[in-house]
Amino acid sequence: MAEQEKISVKASGEQLLYANILEKGMIIGIVVLLVTYAIYVAGILPTFVPVEDVPKYWGMSVANFSHELGTPTGWAWLTSIGKGDYLNFVGIAVLAAVSIFCYAAIVPGLLRKKDTILVVIVILEIVVLCFAASGILKSGGH
Amino acid sequence: MTMGKQLIRFLLVAAVFLTLFAIVGDVLATTEPSPTQGIIEGESKIPWWGWPIILFFFTFILGILAVLGGVGGGVLYVPLVSGFFPFHLDFVRGAGLLVALAGALAAGPGLLKRNLASLRLAMPVALIASSCAIIGAMVGLALPANLVQILLGAVIIGIVILLATAKKSDFPDVPQADKLSQTLGIMGIYREESMGKDIDWKIHRTLPGLILFIVIGLMAGMFGLGAGWANIPVLNLLMGAPLKISVATSKFLLSITDTSAAWIYLNSGAVIPLIVVPSILGIMLGSFIGVRILARAKIAIVKWIVIGLLAFAGVRALLKGFGI
Repeated sequence: MAEQEKISVKASGEQLLYANILEKGMIIGIVVLLVTYAIYVAGILPTFVPVEDVPKYWGMSVANFSHELGTPTGWAWLTSIGKGDYLNFVGIAVLAAVSIFCYAAIVPGLLRKKDTILVVIVILEIVVLCFAASGILKSGGH
Repeated sequence: MTMGKQLIRFLLVAAVFLTLFAIVGDVLATTEPSPTQGIIEGESKIPWWGWPIILFFFTFILGILAVLGGVGGGVLYVPLVSGFFPFHLDFVRGAGLLVALAGALAAGPGLLKRNLASLRLAMPVALIASSCAIIGAMVGLALPANLVQILLGAVIIGIVILLATAKKSDFPDVPQADKLSQTLGIMGIYREESMGKDIDWKIHRTLPGLILFIVIGLMAGMFGLGAGWANIPVLNLLMGAPLKISVATSKFLLSITDTSAAWIYLNSGAVIPLIVVPSILGIMLGSFIGVRILARAKIAIVKWIVIGLLAFAGVRALLKGFGI
């Protein structure tokens, strides 16, 4: 049973911690995105798909796109991280992953408060998000 | 001129510019109808670098509207971009989820710190919605594009009707918190700046609300819409959370729901950086501006701007799905 916490107009400690990590992760993700995108459009690194050719293919379904160009799926994009287009996936992955870190960060505080129900919810959510991120689940077969 | 009139003027101008961007993009995209499955051979009048610029300004305005309307960037982004830009719906949905995610990440920290977004309210809901969003994303990517376009158009029209007819309650009457919400500790106090006083809140009908989030999660993943349009009525009208708590928590909630679906699109290869990155940057900048207006904004005014845009986009999606 959770220890009785006085409800206040101010955000709880866990909420503030979540917010701070979310903010930092978001800033890191955006900075990385800005840098990698600049590298991409400036043509500093070679690309998997030439940037000027991308408009030719973006009308295709993802299945045809992947088949036509041999683009990586799942975490295979890491093998193409030296390519300007796939370097952008680093920032995208940071933005997509930051919530996982936020959840993990608040677990100790919730455990100290013996907030068992919320700890269970948080851990389940971490499992769900990690499963989604794992690359096991893919689609796009039409 | 009062702040409210300034806001109305800005929003009307923003809506006009959005529409113009979309129409111009559609007209200049190609001299030939864009095939939905093959390589586009026709010459576009817009060079490749023109598209990121258009997308950036387009999503900047969407970001502001999304925060104030509490509907998330995805619900505006996906139908408008898929309707008027030459990108396949698979990539638009992937981008839409990331755009909605980015908007939520930009707004979430401020809303949490101000205690307008409630972590305790969001977490049980997010668990259900994010799990179902994964399923929705996988189903959505497996369906043919024209079918998804038709379904998307129908859903958007439904959203318009919902937004136009659903009553919203600034401070719903919740006689007593139900047992489930008490067990989960879903309750709080927030500062209502427009009234200058602190408001206690609690919720009821928690279980029916959680069940509805199954459907919300499925649709968010399938259409890349972000789900704010459904979150708010359920949180506010059904579960009884105050309107500003509902809007703010919905916006924060998107950062979790959309994350799970976005990973499916990312891992399936349905992400093109040339589309996604300028869209994300634009929506985040717009969301930063929007969250600073939210605490003092009269949300009702924004609703009608958003409804008009969505109606336009929904009809366009239906027509495109039927090949018109």
